[in-house]
Amino acid sequence: MTSAPVLLELHNLACERDERILFSQLNTRFYAGQAVQVLGPNGSGKTTLLRILAGVSREYQGEILFKGELINKVNWEFASELLYLGHLPGVKKSLTPLENLRWYAALQGAVSDAQLLAALEQVNLAGYEDTPCFQLSAGQSRRVALARLEFSKASIWILDEPFTALDKAGIAKLENRLIAHASAGGLVLVTSHQDIRFPQLQTLDLQDFAENSTVGENAHG
Amino acid sequence: MAKSPSLFGATFRRDLLLAFRHKGEMINPLVFFLIAISLIPLGIGPEKALLMRIAPGILWVMALLATLLSLDNLFRSDFDDGTLEQLLISPHPLYLSVLAKVLAYWLATGLPLTLLSPLLGGMLSLPSGAFIALCSSLLIGSAAMSLIGAVGAALTVGLRKGGLLISLIVMPLYVPILIFGASAVTEAARGNPFDVQLAVLGAILAIALLLAPLATAGALRVSVNG
Repeated sequence: MTSAPVLLELHNLACERDERILFSQLNTRFYAGQAVQVLGPNGSGKTTLLRILAGVSREYQGEILFKGELINKVNWEFASELLYLGHLPGVKKSLTPLENLRWYAALQGAVSDAQLLAALEQVNLAGYEDTPCFQLSAGQSRRVALARLEFSKASIWILDEPFTALDKAGIAKLENRLIAHASAGGLVLVTSHQDIRFPQLQTLDLQDFAENSTVGENAHG
Repeated sequence: MAKSPSLFGATFRRDLLLAFRHKGEMINPLVFFLIAISLIPLGIGPEKALLMRIAPGILWVMALLATLLSLDNLFRSDFDDGTLEQLLISPHPLYLSVLAKVLAYWLATGLPLTLLSPLLGGMLSLPSGAFIALCSSLLIGSAAMSLIGAVGAALTVGLRKGGLLISLIVMPLYVPILIFGASAVTEAARGNPFDVQLAVLGAILAIALLLAPLATAGALRVSVNG
């Protein structure tokens, strides 16, 4: 694994929210072929970190390098290599799963309808492709978003709580999908409050980089 | 834009489809326009000369308010379901995606408003010679209003209650459009040429087309960040 190329590199990354430092001095490297779970209690900045890495939020100090280049200089290259699945599933309720996926397909270039249908079948939504999403259950809506993984050409997957609302079979399937992506040379960054366990999974604990709540200690001193 | 299914086209198609699925939201401004205009003659009496005099102003003011009414929806649902984030981080230029959204929005609100306006003009005894001026000025004006309104909608999309704030942000920018639009119709009703006013509206539209999507894109980034 040591020879695997570095995809993302964080230098002294820090983020402050409402005068509270979520994390600082965050230095780490993410290699191709890695699956990393970001750990930390509620409010420790997991989502914030993923949003920063995905480029949704730009409120951070420090540097993020993509393949050795500053991320804002290689925005286009990075964005085309990225699949981000946020807290919000990004599924339009009044569209059908297929219509939703068609839009995502356009984000990354030519994908045929047959591929999209195959993707829906992969997430056990075959037969639902023409049902408007507001008629689907929470878990099924989540699967519509997860179907994006099936036809994605991106190498970096950033997934924020992808296991929410999934049943056991769905969780197992997604885990396998993540493993497959990592072993194919991709990078998976994931947060989850569920217990996910597979041998290749590495962890990054945000508490290691949390400011030891200086405000509180000063008050004590 | 040589890629076969471009994001511009996909976003445009998706938004038109959404507008079509939510017919209520699409019809709302039209119904407002219709009701408000048809109440005017009832309120001030059927005096033809008076109605004819105020018709251009009333038609334009109501069209403007109808546009404001639907503006809040432009980015709201995208923001709420997370597709806005996806749009922001896509490798495609945000300028074009915003333009696609505004174009679809205008086709669903501004264009029907324009098509409805001669009917309502007739209700206010606007001379039929002014119908062309009314339609063409509204056609250009509503497009410019959609573009400028998008900036306001993008700025307030992160706020829970942005409705009133949009009006405050956008209203001053609508004033020149209102003045020249109404003036074009007034001149046409008097039988005078109105090409100067249309030219000014066209210039406003050209500037809005160039700058508004840029400002909207920037505002969206700020709103999603916060």
